[in-house]
Amino acid sequence: MITLEHVSKWYQSFQVLKDCSTEVAKGEVVVVCGPSGSGKSTLIKCVNGLEPFQEGSISVADVAVGDRKTDLPKLRARIGMVFQHFELFPHLTVMANLVLAQVKVLGRGRAESEQRGMKLLERVGLREHAAKFPGQLSGGQQQRVAIARALAMDPIAMLFDEPTSALDPEMINEVLDVMVALARDGMTMMVVTHEMGFARKVAHRVVFMDEGRIVEDAPTAEFFQKPRSERAQTFLSKILQH
Amino acid sequence: MFSNFDFDVIIRSLPYLFYDGMTFTLTLTALATAGGVVWGTLLALMRLSGMPPLSLPAAGYVNLMRSVPLVLMIFWFYFLVPFIGQWVTGASRPIQVGAFASSLVTFTLFEAAYFCEIMRAGIQSIPRGQVAAAQALGMNYVQTMGYIVLPQAFRNMLPVLLTQTIILFQDTSLVYVLSITDFLGAASKVAQRDGRLVEMYLFAALVYFIISFAASLLVRRLQSRIAIIR
Repeated sequence: MITLEHVSKWYQSFQVLKDCSTEVAKGEVVVVCGPSGSGKSTLIKCVNGLEPFQEGSISVADVAVGDRKTDLPKLRARIGMVFQHFELFPHLTVMANLVLAQVKVLGRGRAESEQRGMKLLERVGLREHAAKFPGQLSGGQQQRVAIARALAMDPIAMLFDEPTSALDPEMINEVLDVMVALARDGMTMMVVTHEMGFARKVAHRVVFMDEGRIVEDAPTAEFFQKPRSERAQTFLSKILQH
Repeated sequence: MFSNFDFDVIIRSLPYLFYDGMTFTLTLTALATAGGVVWGTLLALMRLSGMPPLSLPAAGYVNLMRSVPLVLMIFWFYFLVPFIGQWVTGASRPIQVGAFASSLVTFTLFEAAYFCEIMRAGIQSIPRGQVAAAQALGMNYVQTMGYIVLPQAFRNMLPVLLTQTIILFQDTSLVYVLSITDFLGAASKVAQRDGRLVEMYLFAALVYFIISFAASLLVRRLQSRIAIIR
């Protein structure tokens, strides 16, 4: 579904991504983790072309992301993305957030879009908040709306860029629960996160990054039992201590 | 000290002052604001496009407009536009555009430079993540701007835009240099005709003050009502 081959990216002379290759098969859940500044957020933003990259290739459902001829908006409409800071549109109601792109991008009818929106709000447990504005919701609720907004486009895959990093601790679980349910439904997911509990529970593979490089790419059980690289071992021992 | 003054002249000329004069002033203000905001927003998008062929001319335009006194612009346009029209259409004589059309074009072009800077600040105040989110949903540039960025920028900047409109309302009085009957022009004509300069100019100043002050109070009230909940 998602294939990255030898992807490299520079900010001027600073290289943020170094020869990154990995893939996410259909229905697979891949967690990308690593210390901050390791390039994991940049990598996931390259997948739907939000960030350009200079070398290598990325393809999603056999469409080349880096190709100039690719209709990026069309491709992005098929890939859901959830951001660290939710990025709901604050001037629109929750329902309008869910409906806008369905109508304007997919060309769906308004009634059908609202129906789809309502169904998804129900799925994330926020049905009664449809008429509110994002600013009236808690962080956890906003992130669940953001997930519903992405799902409303009927994506073939979902990208999560540190979806729980900006949340208060007591709100993390409500978001993770939604993500776990999504994974169990067979959604193809690429998730940048520090939530190792989530990784253990649903990830098929874990990709570990450090200094712009993919250091480890292993099945979940293998990764947690005995990571091959020393760097991953220290990372795990630090974050799993508590 | 007011014994020599005849304030009756104001009552007598009220229909002329307001029906002829103020109507012109308000029409010019409204149309120039509308045109200025549209053209200014386009200029702001050009300046922020990151493409030199678009951003450089836009920046040059804005800087030029902001460096020239408005009265000069009004004069220039009034006397130049007929010749430009002649040159463009290839007519044998200068094309008369009329004082209203000429001043409307001037004010639109001039105010657009200020509205551009306001909208530019407004657009820049929208977090980049909002653009990323819109793009991630498959929206193209026009949709991202039209549904996400500009509505928020416009809402954030509305108080400033309206304040600029109040300034524009006052500035329209400069069209009196073209002998146009705007509110001040009408007052001035009555003043000259009846020899009642002090009364008429006092009254005109009072009217400008009341309208501008009331409008700015309204803007302040509006400001708290339209704020986006964050």
